[in-house]
Amino acid sequence: MPDSSHAAVGVTIDLVYLARLREAFGRGSERVTLAAGSSVGALLEELRARGEPWSRELAPGRAFRVAVNHDIAGLDATLGDGDEVALLPPVTGG
Amino acid sequence: MTVRITTEDFDAGREIAALRANDRRVGAVASFIGTVRDVNEGESVSAMTLEHYPGMTEKALHAIVEEARTRFDILDALVVHRVGHLAPADQIVLVAVTSAHRGDAFDACRFIMDYLKTRAPFWKREATPAGARWVDTRVSDDEAAARWESEP
Repeated sequence: MPDSSHAAVGVTIDLVYLARLREAFGRGSERVTLAAGSSVGALLEELRARGEPWSRELAPGRAFRVAVNHDIAGLDATLGDGDEVALLPPVTGG
Repeated sequence: MTVRITTEDFDAGREIAALRANDRRVGAVASFIGTVRDVNEGESVSAMTLEHYPGMTEKALHAIVEEARTRFDILDALVVHRVGHLAPADQIVLVAVTSAHRGDAFDACRFIMDYLKTRAPFWKREATPAGARWVDTRVSDDEAAARWESEP
């Protein structure tokens, strides 16, 4: 049976929280498993569903960006197994 | 093109001398140094911690320098950015650019700095009398970077 083995396999990603978000969530990183084919937007929905402080810090309209494997990514980007996904508050270097 | 993240202070004279060493095509060097102020948003600042996102920081800075190279006629560029604990008057960042003529050197230096402020993953945390706080983004920084979007 071709392709039957590909069904319903999850993807495991490494989440990284930077600066203010690391403090708000009380951790710098965690490993999360999502449904295969999940997007950045789906990940954020899942995190918001945890309730406070996630729902507040990641509420739509709050200023933060998402980087996938060190590149800024949009909400529709698809996540792959082993991806490093970082949540970044607005940057203030220089 | 060199990008360096470091906890150590830097000697701008030495960095610039190395950047333009033995390159006889260079007719202009423009540089910028950012330092720690003792006042921000009306609060006195006694110390600062600079945090970054290792891996992405270097990648973002290299991309910014590459973008500068496509936009301006420059010969070489250097970005040194410090992280860790800093005090007022300490140096934070050095950007230096070499070119044949001053126009491209000035423009590229400013472009790199403006993009660094809005695109490179660094975060400042200040110690003030009211407690430690993460520094807020400035609208003027976004506007400075956006200026380059509308220009050729």
